[in-house]
Amino acid sequence: MLPQIAFFILSGVALVSAVMVITRRNAVHSVIWLIVTLFSVGGIFLMLHAEFLFAVQVLLYVGGIMVLFLFVVMLVNLDVSIKQAQFSRQWQVALVTAIVLMVELGYGIYRGHQGFTLGEAAAAPVAAGNTQAVALALYRDYMLPVEIASILLLVAMVGAVIMAKRKME
Amino acid sequence: MIPTHWYLFLGTALFTIGVVGVLTRRNVIIILMSIELILNAVNVNLVAFSHYFQSIDGQVFAIFVITDAAAEAAVGLGLIIALFRNKETVNADEIDLLKW
Repeated sequence: MLPQIAFFILSGVALVSAVMVITRRNAVHSVIWLIVTLFSVGGIFLMLHAEFLFAVQVLLYVGGIMVLFLFVVMLVNLDVSIKQAQFSRQWQVALVTAIVLMVELGYGIYRGHQGFTLGEAAAAPVAAGNTQAVALALYRDYMLPVEIASILLLVAMVGAVIMAKRKME
Repeated sequence: MIPTHWYLFLGTALFTIGVVGVLTRRNVIIILMSIELILNAVNVNLVAFSHYFQSIDGQVFAIFVITDAAAEAAVGLGLIIALFRNKETVNADEIDLLKW
């Protein structure tokens, strides 16, 4: 019973704060609510025995990306846009489309969910520990993708510096 | 034991909220945050299936998704700063230089 309660609390907090992210007028409040969402999703990861991913979520998302977002929100002058309309003109159409999308996806999952319940009994935590298992998979089976990801990060870093630079010479 | 499809419903709901944010908001920074929401929904699904199949591969893919999110946030926020310097706006519907 306890895991279910924890799941409902975590997912409820995640969904409510996600709705707050996209409805707040002030971008700083949105960032704070997004941090709440990310923490709740991290809690969901913890419930799924993905401890390393929880640590990465907190360190990298909350500690890195969200601080970057806060920096940009502070750098960009938002006083004008706070007073303007927050939603674009086509928001009704967008909302209807997104709800149709959610109903379709949810119906598909609901129809197919018997297929997911079979292997549930075989659930046993990895004996060697989650971080060790992730490290083995990353550096042994996924060595080439890790290198490609590092090149992607390098390109992103160079791109961000060039974009934010004042003038190109 | 929590059934796997509960996690999938959570991922669907988070994904939809992110899509609504991308489609309806005018502020480019909040659109980027909604993209982060979408990527997190994907991560929830990946980790749920990783748990379901008792295989670590889903978590490795989630780490790659987080890497992509970091790269996307860095480049996107750099773009926003460059854009704000040139056009003094963060509204997505005022950025229409490529529109005929």
